[in-house]
Amino acid sequence: MERKKALNIAVCVKHIPDPNLPGELDGQRLKRAGVQGVLDPGDEFGVEAGLQLKEAHGGEVTLISMGPAVALEAVRRGLSMGADKGVLVSDDALAGADALTTARVLAAAIAKAGPFDLVIAGVESTDGYTGTMPSSLAEFLGLPQLTFVKSLEGAEGSIRVNRQTVEGYHVVESPLPALISVTAGVNEPRYASFKGIMAAKKKPVEQWSLADLELSSDDVTVNQSVTNIGKAEERQAGEVVEDDGSGAARIADFLKEAKVI
Amino acid sequence: MDFDLAPEQREFTRTVEAFVDDVIRPHAERWDEEAELPMDAVKQMAELGLFGLPFPEEYGGMGGDFLTLCLAIEAIARVDSSLAITLEAAVGLGAMPIWHFGTEEQKQRWLPQLARGEKLAGFGLTEPGGGSDAGATRTTAKLVAGEWVINGSKSFITNSGTSVTEFVTITAVTDDNNGKKEITAIIVPNGTEGFEVGKPYRKMGWHHSDTHELSFNDVRVPEANQLGLRGEGFKNFLKILDDGRIAIAALAVGLAQGCVDESIGYARERTAFGHAIGDFQAIQFKIADMAMKTELARTAYHKAAWLKELGRPYKMEAAMAKLYASEIAVDVARDAVQIHGGYGYIEEFPVCRHFRDSKILEIGEGTSEVMRILIARELGLAQA
Repeated sequence: MERKKALNIAVCVKHIPDPNLPGELDGQRLKRAGVQGVLDPGDEFGVEAGLQLKEAHGGEVTLISMGPAVALEAVRRGLSMGADKGVLVSDDALAGADALTTARVLAAAIAKAGPFDLVIAGVESTDGYTGTMPSSLAEFLGLPQLTFVKSLEGAEGSIRVNRQTVEGYHVVESPLPALISVTAGVNEPRYASFKGIMAAKKKPVEQWSLADLELSSDDVTVNQSVTNIGKAEERQAGEVVEDDGSGAARIADFLKEAKVI
Repeated sequence: MDFDLAPEQREFTRTVEAFVDDVIRPHAERWDEEAELPMDAVKQMAELGLFGLPFPEEYGGMGGDFLTLCLAIEAIARVDSSLAITLEAAVGLGAMPIWHFGTEEQKQRWLPQLARGEKLAGFGLTEPGGGSDAGATRTTAKLVAGEWVINGSKSFITNSGTSVTEFVTITAVTDDNNGKKEITAIIVPNGTEGFEVGKPYRKMGWHHSDTHELSFNDVRVPEANQLGLRGEGFKNFLKILDDGRIAIAALAVGLAQGCVDESIGYARERTAFGHAIGDFQAIQFKIADMAMKTELARTAYHKAAWLKELGRPYKMEAAMAKLYASEIAVDVARDAVQIHGGYGYIEEFPVCRHFRDSKILEIGEGTSEVMRILIARELGLAQA
């Protein structure tokens, strides 16, 4: 039987302050030092997507991350789930990096660790929420990008996805190599078993500095600045509708307005 | 001195906590009401590797240690004692006797399916006529033409009647030398002719843990089903119970922690006289005491498990951990109900179930009274 071509997959993962804990500000930025960190829950969907493709087609899943040394925990977490190896880019010059800088650095790391057939990222991080990194990364890598993926299917040399839109989804297909950004709910991320956790300790993780990527601190100058931070709007009380016989129609109108139906 | 868990123990505990939040917490109240072991949840626990934690990989296990198992039991018991005891009994009482006392052939045959959680096994020591008093064992087994012929009954046997129960290991009197009973352990596969599993008990708590009375009427199993040496059945089971006590302590700590967490949450939300009740010292002092007891009980079981891992004596520490943790669990659960007021008496609030689930901890796997006797013996005090 002819074997399918194995997929070499890169998954971007981020170490973020535990979103279940109340966040603290450090000036205009989220406080990170000394805060309990986790693998971004949004990235677990990316890792799972990579693992499912690997299980279906064979190949290898490499985790790519940027962050301080402690971010290794997030990489280990992904390795515990079943990824094969990891790359962590750590450099003092990267402290306070913005999304564009992050994309530039991850692109360099992916280029050095690759070549990859597919790059997977979450649509947005659960701390910064800019949602711009995956698109920037695809541009830097010169890859077609399939964003907001709510389901996917790999085939020989191509990938077909359902891309979430406001009203439904588009079916989009692209030749590989490509980049996809996955939404929460694209799959159900597996739990790391104890065996997986033990195995992860022995899996290889490369730790690279900017110099290893042939980038200088000029390449990672942050041009973005936060000008203001405000409180999120309080959640408004819901609308209560007394059912005078038109309740069902009102609910249908409401759902249409919300573009659910 | 080092009180830190190993990184992999911390990480796995976090995994189990996430699993409990996703898979168990949303359904615990309903399962309790339905009073039936939720096999889907058991299957998912098995996929996580929980049932094989302390066994080597060549027997289908995870290659972890005993403390890691206890940490998982604690994490589950914070939310659901019935599933925590299902795991504790499956590993500690079902699989552990095979691992400790089985021949290589018995281990190969029985252990992998238990370690993978595909099958469950029970442990039949207690009888209608006595639990703590092993000398009261009445179940008999006679060797006839290469087969053990078993007659008698066993009570309160966990995991003995599930759809995946594979066997029960029982103790039986195999000889009566002038009143000094010889007790031997024998593996009895479910479905053997004459082996009947009674209907499930209606219990005060642990509602969806599977518990039955078993009866044996001329049940015949091959002589090769004897587990451990003839006459050492009781001694061997006591060793199993030493380990089990650490795990029960972990379960009790989990229940107590669940009560502390629920009480803090409730005390912040509930207002009286214009304040959150958590602002009042009457409530704060209660919660502070509950948290203190829970933490001390946790330290006690961690230490007992640590001594066991190092191969040092731990019998007294295990008994102390079990005794203290189970008694504070009942206290803490009672206080949690008190803090919740009338709502604590309503099943929609988990502390109501925790209170019902707590009492058995002072009874099962050695009563508080037996624990005190054991501790006194270890301190060198003689029997009257």
